[in-house]
Amino acid sequence: MFPSQFDYHRAASVAEAVELLSSLPDAKLVAGGHSLIPAMKLRAAQPAALVDIGRIPGLSDISSDGDSLVIGALATHTSVADAAAVRGGCPMLAETAAAIGDIQVRNRGTIGGSLAHADPGADYPAAMLALGAEVTAVGAGGERTIAASDFFVDILTTALADNEVITSVRVPCAAGGAYLKHRHPASSYAVVGVAACVGLDGGDVASCAIGINGVTGKAVLADAAAAALCGGPASADRIAAAAACVGDAFDEPLGDLYASGEFRAHLAGVYTKRALAVAAARAG
Amino acid sequence: MGRYVGTSVKRVEDPRFIQGKGRYVANIQFPDMVHVAIKRSPEAHARITRIDTSAAAAMDGVVAVFTGQDFKDGGCGSLPCGWLVPDTKVPDRPIVVTDRVCHVGDSVAVVAARTPYIAADAVEAIEVDYEPLPTVVDARGAMDEGAPLVHAEIDDNVSYHWALGDQEACEKAFAEADEVVEVELVNQRLIPTAMEPRAAAAQWDAASEEMTVWTTSQNPHPIRLLLSAFTLGIPESKLRVISPDVGGGFGSKIFHYPEEVIVPWVAREIGRPARWVATRTESQMTDSQGRDHVTVARLAMTSDGTFTGLDVETWANQGAYLSTFAPLIPTALYITLLSGNYKMPGVFGKVHGTLTNTVPVDAYRGAGRPEAAYLVERLVDLAATRLGRDPLELRRHNAIPKDDFPYQTPVAFLYDSGDYDRLMATAADNADYAGMRAAQAEARAEGELRGVGVVCCIEASGPAPSAVAGSLGSAVGFWESGEVRVHPTGQVSVFTGSHAHGQGHETTLAQVVADELGVPIESVEVVHGDTGRVNFGMGTYGSRSACVGGSALVRSAEKVRAKVLEIGAHLLEAAEEDVVYDRETGRVHVKGSPESGKDFGELAFAAYTAHNLPEGMEPGLNFVSFYDPANFTFPASSHICEVEVCPDTWEVRILRYVAVDDVGKVINPMIVEGQIQGGIVQGVGQALTEIGSYSDDGQLLSGSLLEYAVPRADLLPGIEVDRIETPSPHNPLGVKGAGEMGTIAATPAVANAVLDALAPLGVTHIELPLTPERIWRAVQAAGNGA
Ligand SMILES: Cc1cc2nc3c(=O)[nH]c(=O)nc-3n(C[C@H](O)[C@H](O)[C@H](O)COP(=O)(O)OP(=O)(O)OC[C@H]3O[C@@H](n4cnc5c(N)ncnc54)[C@H](O)[C@@H]3O)c2cc1C
Repeated sequence: MFPSQFDYHRAASVAEAVELLSSLPDAKLVAGGHSLIPAMKLRAAQPAALVDIGRIPGLSDISSDGDSLVIGALATHTSVADAAAVRGGCPMLAETAAAIGDIQVRNRGTIGGSLAHADPGADYPAAMLALGAEVTAVGAGGERTIAASDFFVDILTTALADNEVITSVRVPCAAGGAYLKHRHPASSYAVVGVAACVGLDGGDVASCAIGINGVTGKAVLADAAAAALCGGPASADRIAAAAACVGDAFDEPLGDLYASGEFRAHLAGVYTKRALAVAAARAG
Repeated sequence: MGRYVGTSVKRVEDPRFIQGKGRYVANIQFPDMVHVAIKRSPEAHARITRIDTSAAAAMDGVVAVFTGQDFKDGGCGSLPCGWLVPDTKVPDRPIVVTDRVCHVGDSVAVVAARTPYIAADAVEAIEVDYEPLPTVVDARGAMDEGAPLVHAEIDDNVSYHWALGDQEACEKAFAEADEVVEVELVNQRLIPTAMEPRAAAAQWDAASEEMTVWTTSQNPHPIRLLLSAFTLGIPESKLRVISPDVGGGFGSKIFHYPEEVIVPWVAREIGRPARWVATRTESQMTDSQGRDHVTVARLAMTSDGTFTGLDVETWANQGAYLSTFAPLIPTALYITLLSGNYKMPGVFGKVHGTLTNTVPVDAYRGAGRPEAAYLVERLVDLAATRLGRDPLELRRHNAIPKDDFPYQTPVAFLYDSGDYDRLMATAADNADYAGMRAAQAEARAEGELRGVGVVCCIEASGPAPSAVAGSLGSAVGFWESGEVRVHPTGQVSVFTGSHAHGQGHETTLAQVVADELGVPIESVEVVHGDTGRVNFGMGTYGSRSACVGGSALVRSAEKVRAKVLEIGAHLLEAAEEDVVYDRETGRVHVKGSPESGKDFGELAFAAYTAHNLPEGMEPGLNFVSFYDPANFTFPASSHICEVEVCPDTWEVRILRYVAVDDVGKVINPMIVEGQIQGGIVQGVGQALTEIGSYSDDGQLLSGSLLEYAVPRADLLPGIEVDRIETPSPHNPLGVKGAGEMGTIAATPAVANAVLDALAPLGVTHIELPLTPERIWRAVQAAGNGA
């Protein structure tokens, strides 16, 4: 497991990182290195240069203004899982971060790296979609924000330009959320991960969003299922009926050795049901 | 009873392992060492039409690039097979191929470079053109009419056919049977996945023409023999093979591999020390793999549930080449175990060893015995269902009674000792079996899928009487050497031909010798794994180290005691019959007056000063024994597993795992418990998570640990381990093997539990591993569930 040769640059600022990315041929950012380095060791990725953003100051801060959280791109999965602001304001996000990989992975891997990598089995994307998060990125042309629903384009593909750096993610707070995953027994990535958000008004579901990763090349919103739950109580029957609609969200479920697309679609229904029940209970 | 044997002495090797001070092959360093990397075939079957190494050779830091032809011209012989049943067809297995690759991972070219990074870059720069050939991967499919041939000279892909048992009694049993149950099942391919990948290093001394090879082997002496006689051609007297600390083997490090030849050959060729360390990717595609049987079988019984016959036909996938002991595993370690723990006259089994475009298959923890146990124990459960009998009760009904030992099975083995009924009774007590069944009934009434799996399993451990092994196809003997060298100070060095790669021999063998001699365990040092220090020995596998290696040491220690006694009597001026050797203290004294004795140290010193020895006695205190076991030993186990299957995700959760094992006398209960637990976890891996999969075109689909699911701690609750002891009469220690029993029993225990849980849904069989999707599909096929 020896990567091919590459040059290494450490960026002191986001501006320098953008500059290096723009000027060096075939350069890639490295943050926690827990997706990129394994790929390089397998020689699936062979960048000519790495631009290390891991020590740029201020990029790992987590803050809250009460309505939303702003999470720095370099915040590790552990720090997201442990942050009081996240646990209090958006328990589902803390739950998602805590469900990633193992302790070593969570201590090194970053939210920015996970989103940029856009692995179909990654845990964050479903939560980002369900919560309606916004990614902030800086490129040669300056800063822009990208809605999560526009951010994930395809398998391992995002809306980021080659020389753009994610600096933070803005995540609206939501009490009524839950993330549940079916863990791959070998990789521990999500075979299926369901992030559900439920907002109640009186006894009825006023808002609902369901993000699902693992089933297709990119994470998707199960809009039909979410709509089916709105406008009535979050009863077991209504949740089951809503969960039965998740299949509409998948054009082509992907399969692997462990679980076929068909089985993943089945699991998506099961986990949607469970996640909706937990989310509704938390909302109430 | 000694002071150490039977107690949980802490492992003396652990401080160095825990502190990262172990010395592995990958730690071997020389200033001018080159790093070897190997170009692997991405094709499962292809003709090589062109190899261009020029770009690689021209790279900065590349010292040399070699192809298969270089190794052939340079005198390397093909890898031999060390176990040949009658009429075995052995395909040629070159060290590095010249014109044709036969599995993904086959070695195609070799690079030596200044760093491992450069070596890896150079490997990529080697250009190879392949002309793909048709492939076959399936054990049974390999024998189909018109199946692609793995080797043109073997025109049916069959390496051997083998059969054993009383066919007449078997046919009679089925003709007269009241009930017959049948099954077709797969023992899936497993990838051993030792923590430490394989590695080899070598240093050539051009002046003395001596070669030292470090290798991750479970048996350095046989490797030296094979290197000398077959593959490398350096005389054994000039060849030293060292197998230092080794991080797990599970069988996969028994065999002679190409890299063990490549590395010393390269070191000599370029005149610099060389080292190769497998990447995990290489391990997955080149370490010999395990299991991979397709089996059709049926069990005959009378209406009262007495088993009368078992008829088995198995197709055993041997991979693209015959690995060192490949034909042994599905023959003399599989068919011979089909009688299980049961009394049944008509056992007959036949096996077809087939060749396919896959990684070679050989011994993996349990080796043949888990395959047999899974088959037999599934059939017994099917029989219980058919007869409407409790599976534990049916097993007790058929178990060989304790008074029938030694028990001759219809499939060659003579079981040494056992008490299977007590074993099962103990397991049932420990598990509160009746309570478990009651809880299951309650859970079922609530619509939950709760199951209980019971097994009773047998193992043959401690291979093997050499003459018997020879008659079954072995090219080598399976005795073991043990040397007890008492130094003049009374310190003791013990040299064993066994090899520890996790088992803790430095502790357990010291316990044995310290007790034999009556010396403190701290003064006993165990040396293993170095042909330059240790007498020829056969190594460690088949749970043989205590049975065979330990027994060799007992023999040597007895010789030491006899000589010490003789010297003691002489110095005490007493007749030998009037003195005793106190095995608590190591002192020799006149009977009845312990105060007037001589210490072990004094007597050892006397043996070396030789100032005053009995007439005609040679100086020194050093004995070697070569112990050839009288027979295998036969550990047995009864395990009970309780599971719950989730009715929508179809995940299996193990609620309880209760194991009772009989591994004969126990030297170190803590170590045995660890072996049983680790074994169980590996068996659970086969039941629930692990599968080595190939696509039809021979691509390894489970080529990394992202896909290949090794069991983790969270897969199991605490394992409840207990034991009974029926000492083996086949060796002086009364021990039986403890390394594999857990693995053998766990797979059927879990499989039986899961199928018991699913019984209300009409599911009777699912191929392993029992993943959620496989369960989901089986439930759907049975017309139930969502
Ligand atoms: C054993 C193991 C198990 C894992 N299990 C899981 C799991 O269960 N669930 C899960 O979700 N993930 C899992 N992961 C992946 C892990 O979460 C990674 O840490 C994460 O996907 C990438 O984050 P990183 O900081 O390590 O990114 P890196 O590996 O450094 O980079 C990944 C990619 O993102 C780019 N990148 C990094 N930072 C930025 C940025 N700020 N702006 C733009 N591009 C950027 C890089 O150029 C690269 O292409 C696992 C990883 C391992 C090794």
